Parts: sequence; C-alpha cells; structure tokens
Amino acid sequence: MLVNYTDIWTAFLQTLTMVGLSLLFSTLIGLPLGILLVVTRKGALLEQVPFFNVLSSIVNIFRSVPFIILLVAIIPLTRLIVGSSIGTQAAIVPLVFYAAPYIARLIESSLLEVDTGVLEAAKAMGATPLQTIFRFLLPEALSSLVLNLTIATIGLIGASAMAGAIGGGGLGDLAITYGYQRFDTTVMLITVGILVILVQGLQTMGNLLARKIRRH
Amino acid sequence: MITFKNVKKIYQTQDQSIAALDGVDLEIKKGEIFGVIGFSGAGKSSLLRCVNLLERPTSGSVTVDGQELTSLSAKQLREAKQQIGMIFQHFNLLDSNTVFANVAKPLVLTGVKKAEIHRRVHELLAFVDLADKADHYPDQLSGGQKQRVGIARALATQPSVLLCDEATSALDPQTTQHILRLLKQINEEYGITILLITHEMGVIREICDRVAVIEAGKLIESGTVFDVFSNPQTATAKNFVRSVMQDEIPASVQQLIERREANHHIYKINFLGAHTGQPLLSQVAKRFDIDLNILHGSITELQNIPFGSLLVELIGETAEISRALQYIDEAQVTVEEVLADAG
Ligand SMILES: Nc1ncnc2c1ncn2[C@@H]1O[C@H](COP(=O)(O)OP(=O)(O)O)[C@@H](O)[C@H]1O
Ligand SMILES: [Mg+2]
Repeated sequence: MLVNYTDIWTAFLQTLTMVGLSLLFSTLIGLPLGILLVVTRKGALLEQVPFFNVLSSIVNIFRSVPFIILLVAIIPLTRLIVGSSIGTQAAIVPLVFYAAPYIARLIESSLLEVDTGVLEAAKAMGATPLQTIFRFLLPEALSSLVLNLTIATIGLIGASAMAGAIGGGGLGDLAITYGYQRFDTTVMLITVGILVILVQGLQTMGNLLARKIRRH
Repeated sequence: MITFKNVKKIYQTQDQSIAALDGVDLEIKKGEIFGVIGFSGAGKSSLLRCVNLLERPTSGSVTVDGQELTSLSAKQLREAKQQIGMIFQHFNLLDSNTVFANVAKPLVLTGVKKAEIHRRVHELLAFVDLADKADHYPDQLSGGQKQRVGIARALATQPSVLLCDEATSALDPQTTQHILRLLKQINEEYGITILLITHEMGVIREICDRVAVIEAGKLIESGTVFDVFSNPQTATAKNFVRSVMQDEIPASVQQLIERREANHHIYKINFLGAHTGQPLLSQVAKRFDIDLNILHGSITELQNIPFGSLLVELIGETAEISRALQYIDEAQVTVEEVLADAG
C-alpha cells in the first residue's frame, strides 16, 4: 500500500480550512459572549444578573454536551445552514457550536484577570462602558487572550479530526480511512506526526506572540 | 468645593451590613489640601470614592463645585468626572500602554484632537519630570515614576479637584517625599483642591492644611493641621500625633523622673507658634537663680510654624522655681510638671 502524498496534502488543507474557519466563526461568537459574561455579572460594569445567569447556563449546557453527540445531534441544523451534512463545510457547523461556548469561557477568564484597579481608573475618568471594554479591558487582557485562543485552536484541531471522521475530510478522516479501516500504519503515523507538529508550532507561536505583547 | 452632608455608605453583604460611612459632614474649601486620616477599615476609601461616585452614597449628598453628583445623568456625570482627577495607591496604570498612552487616555476618551493630545501629554510629562519616559511601559518604571505617571494622567483633563487614595502608601520614605512635594506644587501652581486619605500622620504633617480623623465611619475630630497636632482631642488623634512627634519620654529621663530628688523638678514645655525655645530658656537661666538642664526635646515645623516640646529639669529653691515658671507661663507656652506616675 503506497502512501498517497496528494491525499495527505489535501487532508492537511482541509484540516486547516476547518480549523481556521471554525476558529474565526467561534471567536466571532465567543468573544462577545465572553465580554457579556464579564460585564453583566454582579458588581460589574453593566450588571444584569438575570441576563448573566441565563447566558451562563446556556454556555454551560453547550459545554456539557460531548462533541461526538453534538456532532450528530446538530445534523439537521447543519443541513439547514450548509445544505449538506457531510463535507468540510458541514463539519464547521458543529465545530463552531462546540468551540464558541468554550471560547466564551476562555475569554471570560482572560478578562477576569484584568486588574480591577485599571477598571476603577476607567470609571474615575468617566469612560463609557464601550470605552471601558475596548480601551481598557481588551488591551489589558490581550496577551492572555492570545494564549487562551491558542488553547482553543489546539482544541479545535482535535475536534476537527473527530468531525472529519464522520465525513468531513481532513487529517482525522485520512487517519481513520487508511489507518483504521485499511490497516495502513504508515499513513496513520504520518498523520499523527503532522498533527503533533501543527500543535507544537501553534503553541510556540501563541507563546511567542503573547510574550511579545507582554514584552517580556 | 467639596461638601458632604450626612453621607452614609452601607455595604450589604450576604450576612451583614457594614456602615462604612456613618453620617459624614465635611466641607472642603477651594484650593486647600485636606487630609483624612484613619486606621485601616475606618472608611477612608469609602469617603474618597463617594466624591467621584466610584461608590454611591447610600444616603446624604456629596456636592463638588456646586454640583450634586448623585442627581446627574450618566452623561453629565462623565463630564463632571473630568473635573475630578484621581490617583491610587497601586497607580492603576494600563500595563499594555506606554507612559504616553496612559497619560493621553483621559483625553482620548473625550475625543480631544491628536495634535492637542500630543502637546498636552508632553507638557504633563515634562511637569512630572518624565519627559524621557514617554515610550516606556509602566513595568519599566519605579514606583515613584509610576505614581508620577498617575499624577500626569489625573491632571490631563485639567481638573479642579484631585483625589488621592493612599497615594504614597506603596512608596519608600524618600519617594514619598518627592510625591508629596509634587502634590504641593500642583496645589500651589494650579490651585487644584486636593483631598487625600492616608493612615500616615507624616503625610498629613507634610502637606495638608486641614485634617479630619475618621473612625468607624465617623469624623471624630477635624481642624487645621496645626490645631490637631498641637492640641489633639481624641485618643485616636493623640495616637496619630504621637506616631510622628515622638514625644515619648526616653527611658533615661524616665529614670531621672522616678528617683527625683528634692529641688529637682522636671517640666515639659510645649512650644506653639512663633515662640522658639532657646531664647526663652536662656532668659530664664539668666533671670532666676536656678539651674536648667534640657533633658529631651523635639521640635518640628507645622505649616511653617515651629512646634514641639522640651523636657527640662529645673534645679533650685522652690520659690525661685515657681517664679521662673510664672515667667515661662507669660511667654505663652504651656508648661506642665512631669511626675513619675504621669509617665
Ligand atoms: N465593597 C465592599 N463591600 C463590603 N464591605 C466593604 C466594601 N468596601 C469596604 N467595605 C468595608 O467598609 C469598611 C470601610 O472600608 P474602607 O472605606 O475601605 O476603609 P479604609 O480605606 O479606611 O481602610 C471596612 O469595614 C470594609 O471592610
Ligand atoms: Mg482604603
């Protein structure tokens, strides 16, 4: 059994597409949610305790569904959105559902790390809530946000392999088809090797970027 | 300039309510440096934070420059806050921003033009002597430098009031002196009213015009710094004054007092105001047939007025001593005999 490098390359690009797009969409959803979780809690900038409780519960519910179940449960919705339940595009929908609440929590924890003294200074200066978020909260949390988004990206790589396995393509799909179904260990090892390098590379880049933002 | 009328601040926690301010009345005049001193938990921060509504008073009113802040809309309040600068114990600078960006922040928030921000920030940095640090980040600065950035930032919107929350408590004594001198300079050059809170009587002595002592949410004593130092009324005020005046009687003198011989009397002479000690004592020694022995003394200046006390031993005939005492009394200093049990 010969290893088909074109297949591996295609799978690699599919993985990048899945991870990249689902990271983009889930950050677009998770970032505002994370901000809302921080600013609406008790004693915060825009305290809205009932809203916070509801939002927090919804996030928890999504967080508690195992990805493999979410993957299947969401198929009708996936069909509705992308018109098909298989393929790389279709895999992005469950990935976003999986990662957005996760990213919301990660962003929440990054923002909660910001020194309350800085927010107090913002209040003393008469900053509006939006100014407080964009000119104080986010810049101060930026390096921690980068680290947490790196964690989310790596989580997405793992999840994308799973999503791929049920027909989304990508490296996970490749490993299953060749390695598990055809007992081609070489392809499986190559796939795993690529994933390891990808994760290592991302983590290193994330660390470097975060350190550059913190400047030490 | 700042008026508190029966201000109460009650914090409601799960199991109790804490009255951090329990009916505070206070009047701070335009252009003065007013200090509030108290132990930890006395309610100092709550009091200060009620001035710019970082905390809303539970009841009562706070007026700043004729405006009652609690009655303002959110927008009006934001505008009013530009008239009230604030500096903090832990500086509260943005670590992610340069010194320049930190100082520019209040101006950026109000939409001041870029060129104007540039001009103003460089002027402020020059004023606080940090012109060369504009592109540095706060973590590259010392505590004193950070506080100077904090001060520049607080002054950016040209406020009429500056609030200082334990502004020197995280700094070493020498840096504290620098910052206090800078605050005094701000007060004198720009006429900015300063309200500061501290637990250090040295800070009050150094720059304040008037002082109030806070305890358990109440102002228990207030007056000019000179009055409170020279004549503290409450035990707490006496404690604070003692913490910087060192009028404790040294052990060696204490022993002398205890084995007091006949003809030896020890007196404490308190000098207030313009009367300095030495001429008076030398006159006493010349005029009366007594020997005079200075055992201990401490004299400082409060608002440029000498103030302090001397422990002196008068040796001589009782009648002569009482004549000498009468003479001293007439010089408008207070004099009291120190007895063994009084120590
Ligand atoms: N946000 C808060 N919630 C509950 N209690 C508070 C809060 N802030 C202050 N307190 C309490 O109010 C009292 C006065 O606090 P504070 O004004 O910070 O005093 P100080 O600045 O003199 O140390 C203290 O007993 C403190 O524990
Ligand atoms: Mg305090």
